[in-house]
Amino acid sequence: MKKVEAVIRHFKLEEVKDALTEAGVAGMTVSEVRGFGRQKGHKEQYRGAEYTIDFLPKVKMEIIVSDDQTKTVIDTILQSARTGQIGDGKIFVTDMGELIRIRTGETGDGAL
Amino acid sequence: MKWVKYAALIALLMYGLSGRPIVAQESEEPAAAEEEAAVDPVIDAIGIDGGDTAWMLVSSALVLMMTAPGLALFYGGLVRKKNILGVMMQCIFLMGIMSIVWALCGYSLAFGKDVLGGFIGGTDYMLMKGVLPIWTGNAADYPMAGTIPRLVHMVFQLMFFIITPALICGAYAERMKFSTMVVFSVLWGLLVYCPIAHWVWSDTGWLFNDPWTAFDFAGGTVVHISSGFSALVCCLVMGKRLGFGQEPMPPHNLTYTCIGAAMLWVGWFGFNAGSALGAGALAANAFVATHLAAATGVLAWAGMEWCTRGKPSILGACSGAVAGLVCITPACGTVTPLSGIWLGAIAGVGCFWACTTLKSKLGYDDSLDAFGVHGVGGTLGALFTGVFASQAVTGHNHPLGLIEAVLADEAALGLHQIRNQAVSVVASAAIAVVGTFILLKVLDAVMGLRVSQEDEIKGLDLSQHGEEGYIYL
Repeated sequence: MKKVEAVIRHFKLEEVKDALTEAGVAGMTVSEVRGFGRQKGHKEQYRGAEYTIDFLPKVKMEIIVSDDQTKTVIDTILQSARTGQIGDGKIFVTDMGELIRIRTGETGDGAL
Repeated sequence: MKWVKYAALIALLMYGLSGRPIVAQESEEPAAAEEEAAVDPVIDAIGIDGGDTAWMLVSSALVLMMTAPGLALFYGGLVRKKNILGVMMQCIFLMGIMSIVWALCGYSLAFGKDVLGGFIGGTDYMLMKGVLPIWTGNAADYPMAGTIPRLVHMVFQLMFFIITPALICGAYAERMKFSTMVVFSVLWGLLVYCPIAHWVWSDTGWLFNDPWTAFDFAGGTVVHISSGFSALVCCLVMGKRLGFGQEPMPPHNLTYTCIGAAMLWVGWFGFNAGSALGAGALAANAFVATHLAAATGVLAWAGMEWCTRGKPSILGACSGAVAGLVCITPACGTVTPLSGIWLGAIAGVGCFWACTTLKSKLGYDDSLDAFGVHGVGGTLGALFTGVFASQAVTGHNHPLGLIEAVLADEAALGLHQIRNQAVSVVASAAIAVVGTFILLKVLDAVMGLRVSQEDEIKGLDLSQHGEEGYIYL
């Protein structure tokens, strides 16, 4: 099993979610995060005070996939989340340890 | 048990303040024919004008709304999330304590007859004597203040007594101890606000009468210069917020600030037009002048931002409106609405400069620009009242302001008025600065002014009030 984390643009969330569910992904967890990579921040001004805001709001998705699903999921995310501009985000893939469904206690692939 | 003792004490105090006799008297049973007199005591109020009284009651409510939710939201949105309740508590609690202090003694100190050589008023209205209705033996008598019951005059002025110290909160936001703020505000109200109000608004006040008559219709000196200069002293004495200049401290919710500013704008109609103490032509002039000054203030400040930075901001537009409103406050009963446009522009530009260039040059942490908007705006308004004042508004039989006087070939009269305005500015700023400085030093020694560093980092909401403003998870 693998954990696929993707940091994507806010407005891409619906598109990526729809594409993933179509590709067979049963569930995911989404959180609002801030971050930066190569995309520069912006300036904000409040009366006399000027601030450079480096951290930009993004959305992070966390999906647990079986090993054979991994490539499909990654390709789906790449296709649906990409705009071609700096700031599209990144995908992180890590090995998953245990996976358990709370309601039934199922483990492993049965809990996906 | 302790609580029984306290409850008994409070009950006794309330009975004492109610004015009822300790010894029971025979209660007369009203005859059926006398029921009408008992039902409508207004009949016994000599010279009452229903229109004036109605407008003054509404104005009083409008001014109260300016403190909360107006100022509470306006200031609340400008501070960091962890301090929103701190701001709101300051507003609400001041509504509580300043009301009682004013009703019981502040009103008397401001509007009573001269004592101490005219420095302050006397005990004429202490504990609402001469304000509350009394039984004359055969009628209910409501003391009058012109065409309105004195009760109404008292409660209208009460709302000003609340909001003025609340304005100072803008200077020490996010770092002042709540207990000290309460004590400071009460003492400041009695020792700084009441004298200035006495000088400017009471019949015997030295700034109200010749030869020093200064025109301050709704409180340019009493409210804005006093709070603005006191705010400057506060932020200089108390020092900057931790992390000021290094950590970003942007407003956590400008939507609140905008809503609050809109409420201030609407409430200001009560503040300014209500200062006519009646519903007539003067109130109409004040109302329209107020509105046009606010409107021009929006355009001026936003315009300055548009020119100097390329983007007009909502904070700029709202600040401009407030600056215009501050500036027109002393002037609205003596200048025409057309001059109100000038005053709005002057304030929009002047306060913009004070809040950006002046503040960053001198480096003080006036967290919410209490000095930049109220101190500077009030000063501009008080001085320019002397320029734009017009006999067409007031009915004086001689030219009033500098422009009018020069056009009538009587420049000396106009210069005289400008001098008087300047004196009122200096006098009110002086007592504000000196009084505030002394109060702060004394309270620092007795109670401490700032919260501890740890409490400041934790935020006032948690450290002073044990609450969180926003609980999302």
